[in-house]
Amino acid sequence: MRVALMVTCVNDALFPRTGQAVVTLLRRLGVDVEFPAAQTCCAQPMVNTGYLDEAVAVVRTFVSAFAGYDAVVTPSASCAASARHQHALVARRSGDAGLRAAVDAVSPRVRELSEFLVDVLGVTDVGAYYPHTVTYHPTCHSLRMLGVGDRPRQLLSRVRGLTLLDLPDADQCCGFGGTFAVKNADTSVAMGADKARGVRNTGAEVLVAADNSCLVHIGGVLSRQRAGVRTVHLAEILAATE
Amino acid sequence: MSATFVGMPPFPVAAREKLADSQLRRNLAHATGTIRARRAHLVAEVDASVDGGWEALRLAGAAVKETALLSLDRQLVTLEEALTRAGATVHWARDAEEANGIVTSVVKAHGADEVVKVKSMVTQEIGLNEALAAEGIAAWETDLAELIVQLGEDLPSHILVPAIHRNRAEIREIFLRTMGDAGRPAPADLTDTPAVLAAAAREHLREKFLRAKVGVSGANFAVAETGTLVVVESEGNGRMCLTLPEVLISVVGIEKVVATWDDLDPLLRLLPRSSTGERMNPYTSMWTGVTPGDGPQEVHVILLDNGRTRALADEVGRQALRCIRCSACLNVCPVYERTGGHAYGSVYPGPIGAILNPLLRGVGHDPQIDSLPYASSLCGACFEACPVLIDIPSVLVDQRAKVVDAHRGGLPKPEAVALKAAAAGLAGARRLAFGERFTRLGLWFARRVGASAWTSARDLPPAPPESFRQWWSRTDGGRR
Repeated sequence: MRVALMVTCVNDALFPRTGQAVVTLLRRLGVDVEFPAAQTCCAQPMVNTGYLDEAVAVVRTFVSAFAGYDAVVTPSASCAASARHQHALVARRSGDAGLRAAVDAVSPRVRELSEFLVDVLGVTDVGAYYPHTVTYHPTCHSLRMLGVGDRPRQLLSRVRGLTLLDLPDADQCCGFGGTFAVKNADTSVAMGADKARGVRNTGAEVLVAADNSCLVHIGGVLSRQRAGVRTVHLAEILAATE
Repeated sequence: MSATFVGMPPFPVAAREKLADSQLRRNLAHATGTIRARRAHLVAEVDASVDGGWEALRLAGAAVKETALLSLDRQLVTLEEALTRAGATVHWARDAEEANGIVTSVVKAHGADEVVKVKSMVTQEIGLNEALAAEGIAAWETDLAELIVQLGEDLPSHILVPAIHRNRAEIREIFLRTMGDAGRPAPADLTDTPAVLAAAAREHLREKFLRAKVGVSGANFAVAETGTLVVVESEGNGRMCLTLPEVLISVVGIEKVVATWDDLDPLLRLLPRSSTGERMNPYTSMWTGVTPGDGPQEVHVILLDNGRTRALADEVGRQALRCIRCSACLNVCPVYERTGGHAYGSVYPGPIGAILNPLLRGVGHDPQIDSLPYASSLCGACFEACPVLIDIPSVLVDQRAKVVDAHRGGLPKPEAVALKAAAAGLAGARRLAFGERFTRLGLWFARRVGASAWTSARDLPPAPPESFRQWWSRTDGGRR
């Protein structure tokens, strides 16, 4: 099985440790993951802001970078959802039958990390050790676009040393929403503040999620509040060992 | 006189003001939280008791509406024939002005200077009360919440619960201050106990029900094969308006039509569960034209377009016309819960309003309308709750593309420059250089466009010493 890492543009530039954690974790599980260097972005920022014409070239780059792999693994539920649900839309807009065929071939192979671990590799105990109290925020796109269900919680519950605390109103959006976070900054922050209050009330040391984009927003609010709660991507917890 | 949404600022500006109102935030969180819990309970009940559960019911409801919309040309003619056979007079109205003109002329033909109204979204959409007032005709809202909004010279902020932004202390104050000017005054010893407030409204309204010659309604559904109109309500005040006056005028959006009587079955089960969180609504009124000796003896039905054919022509957006105005999407929306309905600048607020207003009125000519498709974090809770499976997030994204397309060719905004530059950079990336380019672009965007918007209440994480791809290249993917 040829497996590619789709690290995502946000992780590449701002959270390289998340990408490194995926590499560490998959190697430990016997998967020789490759990193196609031609990859850039899933085009979601353009699509969700309405710039469909601009997204066409980005999707073209995406399908050419990941052509031929059996699976494309990514530590972002939102970017996986973009590839699986929006690339076809962009390809239709392009009017290019070749691009449509390429998208049809690549996008079903894109798997968010917890989906890949549980569904493709069939593991829930990844041999991780993380001696902290943790609360889990199910991101909207993981929950409602991908339908990852409780896979991340299954994985977290098998991590030795980890105490998982329930987050109240967990399925409420944190307010990030891509360009929503700046176009409607006041509403975004109001939603983030409520989410941050929920996180603080759990008493957890660490907030975990399957998307660094949501974590950078909630973490930004928590940090401004001097809340003392760290935000850590799911991959980094699953990669941690004794 | 009642207030108007005309001239409202774009959503982000209107939202900022509303977010500062902590009383409003509390009222909304309490009200939507209560309805959410009731709805969830009833959905679970259907899951446990109906074959295929709630999903099967949603599919059936969506199919009924979709079938009617895709054959709307035929359904409307069938409806007109059935109504005419049953003794009703059918009028066709292209827009608000035509519809208001028809209502006004019917009211004047009977020498009336007032009408009683059933709660109706469509008459608010066309500004009927204001149009009638301009002709010296008083329109009395008889739904309790609409009465509160009208007496308070306020605007509705929710489809189902238009006074959701008011608590009972505020309502008591409005009744004491204003009822006397509009008719029977509230008793001087009025308290804010819900039953006492409702009793005051009952006394006030009864006088109007018994006096009015003309009633005005909308309709939740219009059955083409039988010519039957349906109004679903909770209070019975609608029933009063539909049965007591001599003349009844119903304004019906053309998307309200369903083909057959049986089509009502899934819709009447979906609507109360999704809207009020009840198994069945207390009052369902159905009438077919004129029944001699019983109820209004002159029945007018105005079939209204007002942008609906424009929406129907939109391949992605037309599903919004399935909407049965239950407001489940409002009650689950994290944006609506924090800003309330007024920020959307329309009688149709919340997620459905964010797509319906641009679809009905078109994008590219009004910054307020153009801001609505962006008034969402695309969390998807609305789609999950919608009883007729309207994929609101996908329509929002599609409407955003239409907003962008409508503005192509003019002077680009900073956002357009940034996203075009990002797209160009991302499409033509050359391996190693990409990481730095992306970071530089991000910093440029932060400085020019989003910095204060992001950092006024949120910290940014420190930039890492090297990008992932630099690390991969330097260490051969961590192998050295």
